[in-house]
Order: sequence, then C-alpha cells, then structure tokens
Amino acid sequence: MTTAGDAAAVLSVRGLVKFYGDALVLRDVTFDVGPGQAVVLVGGSGSGKSTLLRCLNLLEPVDDGEILLAGEEITDPRVNADRIRRRIGVVFQAYNLFPHLTVLQNVTLAPVLVHRVPRAAARDRARELLTRIGLADKVDVYPDRLSGGQQQRLAIVRALATGPSLLLLDEITSALDPELVGEVLDLVGELKRDGLPMVLATHEMAFARDIADEVLVLDGGAIIERGAPRRVLDDPREERTRRFLARLRQPGPPQRAAGPPPRR
Amino acid sequence: MTTAWEPSERERARRRLRRRARLRAGVIAAVSTVAVAVAVGVGITHTSGWPRVRQRFFSWSEIAAAWPAARTGMVVNLELFVVCGAAAGALGLLVALARTLTGPVFLPVRLLAAAYTDLFRGLPVILVLYLVGFGVPALRLRGLPTDPLVLGGAALVLTYAAYVAEVFRAGIESVHPSQVAAARSLGLTHAQTMRRVVLPQAVRRVTPPLLNDAISLQKDSSLVSVLGVVDAVRAAQIATSAHFNYSPYVLAGLMFLAITVPLTRVTDHLAARSARRRGAAGITAGSVR
Repeated sequence: MTTAGDAAAVLSVRGLVKFYGDALVLRDVTFDVGPGQAVVLVGGSGSGKSTLLRCLNLLEPVDDGEILLAGEEITDPRVNADRIRRRIGVVFQAYNLFPHLTVLQNVTLAPVLVHRVPRAAARDRARELLTRIGLADKVDVYPDRLSGGQQQRLAIVRALATGPSLLLLDEITSALDPELVGEVLDLVGELKRDGLPMVLATHEMAFARDIADEVLVLDGGAIIERGAPRRVLDDPREERTRRFLARLRQPGPPQRAAGPPPRR
Repeated sequence: MTTAWEPSERERARRRLRRRARLRAGVIAAVSTVAVAVAVGVGITHTSGWPRVRQRFFSWSEIAAAWPAARTGMVVNLELFVVCGAAAGALGLLVALARTLTGPVFLPVRLLAAAYTDLFRGLPVILVLYLVGFGVPALRLRGLPTDPLVLGGAALVLTYAAYVAEVFRAGIESVHPSQVAAARSLGLTHAQTMRRVVLPQAVRRVTPPLLNDAISLQKDSSLVSVLGVVDAVRAAQIATSAHFNYSPYVLAGLMFLAITVPLTRVTDHLAARSARRRGAAGITAGSVR
C-alpha cells in the first residue's frame, strides 16, 4: 500500500482512512502537494474536507494510511505533534482569533513563544505583514473591532507569521458577507503567487478555477474525481460532481450560492 | 465630520414629553421613599419594646467598651481572609489545571484532583475545622503545626480551594474548543495554550463568581473561633456574656458588613461590565427599560 510519495512533494497523503466511531469519514485518500502548488478540496458539507484538513495538521489521529511532510512521516505515533504543527499554518472558517489579545499580539504570540523569535523582531515582522493587508493602523485594537474580512485576513497573517512551509485553509470565506469575500481571496491569491504550497477547502468555484493546480472532489469521504480545475469544474465526468456543482449554482436556500453570482 | 442638523418639530415635542415624564418619575420616587422611611422609623421607635431593643442591641457604652477587643479580633479575620484567599486561589487553580491534563500518565493526578474537589466541596466547613483543628494536634506528630489559627486557616484553605477549583474549571470549559485548536495549530504546547490562551479568557469570565467566594470566605473566617481563636465574633461573644448585652454582636456584624458590602458592589460592577462586553454587538446589546 505504501507507494512512496513523490520525493519532491511538500505533502504526500497515502491511503488515508479516518473513522468517527463506526462511521467511515475518509476512505483511501491519496494526493500530493508539490512545491508552490495549491490543491483545492471541493465537496458538500459532510464530504470529509474539514476532517481531512484536521488530519493533515494532526488535530485528529488517522486510522490508516500515512501523511508525509517534506518526506518525513508525521503519522508515526512517536512524532512530536507540536513540532510538526509549527511547520503548518492553519486558517479556520470562524477565524478563531484570540479575543483577549490585540491584533499585533495575535500575530506575535506563536513566533515569540514557539519559534523563540526575539520580541522586537517578531513585532517588526508582524507590523510588516499587517501593513501588507492594510491593518497597520489597527495593531493595538482587539479583533472584535475589525470587520469579518479584516479578521480573516488577520487570521491568515497570524498563520503566516511563523513562516510555515504549508498552509491549510478550511472554507475561510464561508462565514463572510459576500462583499468581504474578495479581499480575503485576493490575499490568498497573492500567497499562491509567492509560492506558498496550500491545501484549501472552498465553495468559491471561480476562485478554485483560478488558483488550483489540482482539484479533488470529495463525496462520502472518498475522492470521486480529480484533475486540473477547468477539466473537473467545467467538464466533470462524474455524475455526483455534476450534481454537486449544479447545487452550488442554484441561488437561495437551502444551499447558499457561492462562486458564480446568483442570477437576479 | 459634523453635519448641521436641527431636530424636527415632532422630535422636539417628543423630547419635551420625555423630560416631563422623567421629572414626574423623580418626584414620585423621592416622595414615596421619604414617606416609607419616616413611617418605618416612626413605627419602630414608637413600639412599646423599642427602649429595651435599643438598650440591648444598640448601647453605645457597650459598643465602646467592646471596640478595642473587636478591632483586634477583626484584624485576625482580615489576616485569615487575605492569606487564606490567596492560598485557596492558588491551590484551586492548580487543582483545576490538574483536571485538564490529558494522557495516561496523568490519570492519578486527575483522579486525585477530582476526589479532592468532591470531598471538600461536600463537607460542612465546620466539620473540616474540627477535623483539622482538633484532630491534627491529637495525632501528636512532630513537624505539624498546633497553633489553632494556622490549623483553622488550613481548614478554610482546604475547603475554599475546592470551591475555587470548580469555578476555575467551569471557566476553562467555557472557552470554546476552537481557541485551543487555533493555539495548538500554531504549535503551542498544551501548557502554553493553557497559560496564554485559555486561562486569560477563563479568569476574566470567572472573576465575579470568584469574588462571591471571597465574600463567603471573609464571613466564614469567623468560624475559626470554634477552635479558640479570638476573632471579632469571639471577642464580641466574650464582651456580650459579661453583661448580657448584645450590642457587641451588632458591632461585629457592622465590621463584617463594612468589608463585605463594598466587595459585593465591586463584584456586581465587574459582572455588569463583563455582561456588557459579551453583548457588545448586535441587536441583543443594551437593556430594555
């Protein structure tokens, strides 16, 4: 079962299996993320996207298969999970900012505490990153004073401040007002152009088409279709992919329309 | 940016109506309060038993005579309050943290912490005082203190640390798991996550209930008098039994109130502030009058 992953891959996932109790939530998931590549996970809620991302970051133990980060097997139980997580940045759907810390402190916490960066250097670096996302004048306010889009961009910067070699993004625009989605996705697009490898779960199909090197369609915890974004999203071969994409395009409830704007 | 804006005639009329209503409410409140206070005051002082009540409970000469001893006793209560409060806070925090430890190595620590809180939260304070205050010296073990003040303080710490541990635990559990997920994702260890992310948020939330426990502790500090420590209550009791006059008790009671009432106000203020902060946004903000 262990087909050795691409040696150059930043991340290699081989035959990943995950159970929640008796429910099989990930079945035999295999994919690679090469240097500078973006792999986009697409699929309905409950398809296993979030679980997969949590497994990649060792927030969930896997039940079979293996995950290699830069060639090192991180699913080995002897591996120190804290050491692995330092190398992976995560951005959550609900931002998960620290409400008791200022904008600047949110960004400098991990560099100072985990990476032993001198405080002054960490602050300088944080200011630089915050300037880049237009929050230079908000360094001393608390996150609840920011708009949703600003909060999510701050969360991205917080993940970047530790210089991760891989970024995991879990439906990071799903909690945002439609008008704020663009500013967050623009930032992710910049990071991709900078060459940061990433795995993202998203419902923004237009964005996925732009940024993805490979799209994986998940259904019932398995990859049912994969390939270049245009091929998968514009000309899906699988009936289930086609149905899922059609549901996304339908405006209004029960599925909130994402990606292409709803017809008016 | 200011925009010149003149309220409309309709708005000015509304404001006049509101002002008049406010004025009327103020007058009614003042008149009714004074009327009730006078009625109660006159009613009580004109009952046939009032002179005896005043002589037994509010005798100035008795209060003045009891004052020096009661004051010395109150210092004991305050010492117990400050020292035991700090110790119970620290021990309670340690016990609460012990219960959050994961991993098989820590199972005995977790069990011990759980057993400790169950035990001391469930026992009457006075029973713990008897067991520690009288039981420990009876063991005649060398190295153990025999001073009733120290033993009484230890008993209070044992009991109150259990209360405080439960308050801290509730606070820790009230911090959303997504905060832990974010911290651990950044590479923080369990201990770093607790110290820098979970505890700062938890402590802020539980400050009002912690202050409630502090007020209880201040009152319960008088229970060490059962071990023979002369605190304010015990001093008042001694003074009372000399002349069968209860004014020294009233004095001791007023001394406790002088400490606990301001503490209660601080607690209420902090609770109101945290409630305001939690509801700081959205349609739920603000109160309905």
